[in-house]
Amino acid sequence: MSAAQRPEWTPDEMMTVTAARMLWDHCVCFVGIGLPSAAANLARLLHAPEIVLIYESGTIGTRPNVLPLSIGDGELADTATAVVPLPEIFSYWLQSGRVDVGFLGAAQVDRFGNLNSTVIGPYQRPKTRLPGAGGAPEIAMHARQVFVVLKQSPRSFVAEVAFKSSAGFLTGHGARKATGATGAGPQAIITDYGVMKPQAGSEEFELVARYVHVTVAEAVAATGWPLQVAANVDVLSPPTQDELAVLRDLHRRTREANSRPVKLPV
Amino acid sequence: MAITTLQAAIGEHVRDGDTVALEGFTHLIPFAAGQEIIRQRRRGLHLVRMTPDLVYDQMIGAGCADRLTFSWGGNPGVGSAHRVRDAIENDWPGALAISEHSHAGMAAAYVAGASHLPFGMLRGYLGTDLPRVNPAIRQVTCPYTGEQLATVPALNPDVTILHAQKADRAGNVLISGILGAQKEAGLAARKLLVTVEEIVDDLGAPMNGIVLPNWVVTAVCCVPGGAWPSYARGYYARDNAFYIAWDEISRDRETFSAWIDRYVLGTGDFAGFIAALRAAGVGP
Repeated sequence: MSAAQRPEWTPDEMMTVTAARMLWDHCVCFVGIGLPSAAANLARLLHAPEIVLIYESGTIGTRPNVLPLSIGDGELADTATAVVPLPEIFSYWLQSGRVDVGFLGAAQVDRFGNLNSTVIGPYQRPKTRLPGAGGAPEIAMHARQVFVVLKQSPRSFVAEVAFKSSAGFLTGHGARKATGATGAGPQAIITDYGVMKPQAGSEEFELVARYVHVTVAEAVAATGWPLQVAANVDVLSPPTQDELAVLRDLHRRTREANSRPVKLPV
Repeated sequence: MAITTLQAAIGEHVRDGDTVALEGFTHLIPFAAGQEIIRQRRRGLHLVRMTPDLVYDQMIGAGCADRLTFSWGGNPGVGSAHRVRDAIENDWPGALAISEHSHAGMAAAYVAGASHLPFGMLRGYLGTDLPRVNPAIRQVTCPYTGEQLATVPALNPDVTILHAQKADRAGNVLISGILGAQKEAGLAARKLLVTVEEIVDDLGAPMNGIVLPNWVVTAVCCVPGGAWPSYARGYYARDNAFYIAWDEISRDRETFSAWIDRYVLGTGDFAGFIAALRAAGVGP
């Protein structure tokens, strides 16, 4: 891409804005930390003021003014409608089927939307030990649908994940449904190139939309399997001035909060 | 129930080889207690915790544990728990066996432990590889519907350690804010040690507040600031800048060991630890 065409937003910003646009007002969203949390809060500050954000720390209906660094920052509790014990958030609120959207990140995703956040390399002697699954296996299983947000590269978008931390469509072709999983599984992967959705039947993810500044060929090249491309690939409209301003202000407030010294009262 | 010092409580109740759970989900993490275990050089512990973050990074890097049961191990929002990683990937400072769960599975295991039931049950782990690497995750058939449900064995630590906002002089403990699985882990344990921000005449507990009555508590220790760099709602905020700084401190073995030697092993107690950090210009 030439300098003249370079957009005045970053791929990260485009990805976060695109993910935020997929959420709707009054939606009950179980939020993972990082990019999903940024997108969910951006949606809340823009077009979905009544979105219900749930974090696995037990905070329900939280409205943080700054993005939490951890899943249980005090900001999440102080701005929540309810704070419940952790066993309860998974049993009464998630397993019971009250969540519309599970919003997840991961280290790797495969062509069927299975997620790896556990290990790269053999489990017993990993090349890279990742943090692990946390709340994601049951979020992926029980949320009515799942959105995944992840930066794209051939290393992060692989044909088959070495370790399934959370189930997508498993081997596709109805394999997930046959397990009795209650939720419909991953319905979109939002990347820094565009959006992928599962094909009917095979349940393999294909490119359905791209950002204005990337080509289909670039999106295919950034994928570790032979990415199929929908007959009509939408071109996503760039972030509006309003979307960018709100997102940048949210990040600015967050940076300020995270650099603020904490004083122990002792 | 005894109101005592943290040194005395750890000295008396935490033994080499014990199964020990330090709980607190981001909030109220008993850091002072973890550091006292490092100071008293406990070895061979089976550490249990849903989120082994900085507190277990410190304890595992300092060589206290040879086994870890957990469901998410990292530096939240920052990256890896480098010392936990080094132990799993390279056996440094020693080999670390792991039993890995999801949060929902681990929560069910604590609930079963608190209920003195043999196992916990959930709709969980479906389609994941976790049961393949953790043979303790099994299945049971519902006797009413025939549904296959996941099971996890109850967690019953020898000792659970919590940090809470306050206790009264009789040793009743009040916890508020984000609770994690603190109550369940506390009631699942044979011994329960609690560090608190302050000891007061009257807890002033709301009727449905989380109170651990003194007859389920083994010892209470007053350790103001004892959850730092995590937080105690109503007392101090989470020190996110320190969590970010920990990435550099813990990234390599030498820097980490120098930090532990200087600030933990080189100080007599938690007040000394905080004083040493402040004297170095990096204290809270």
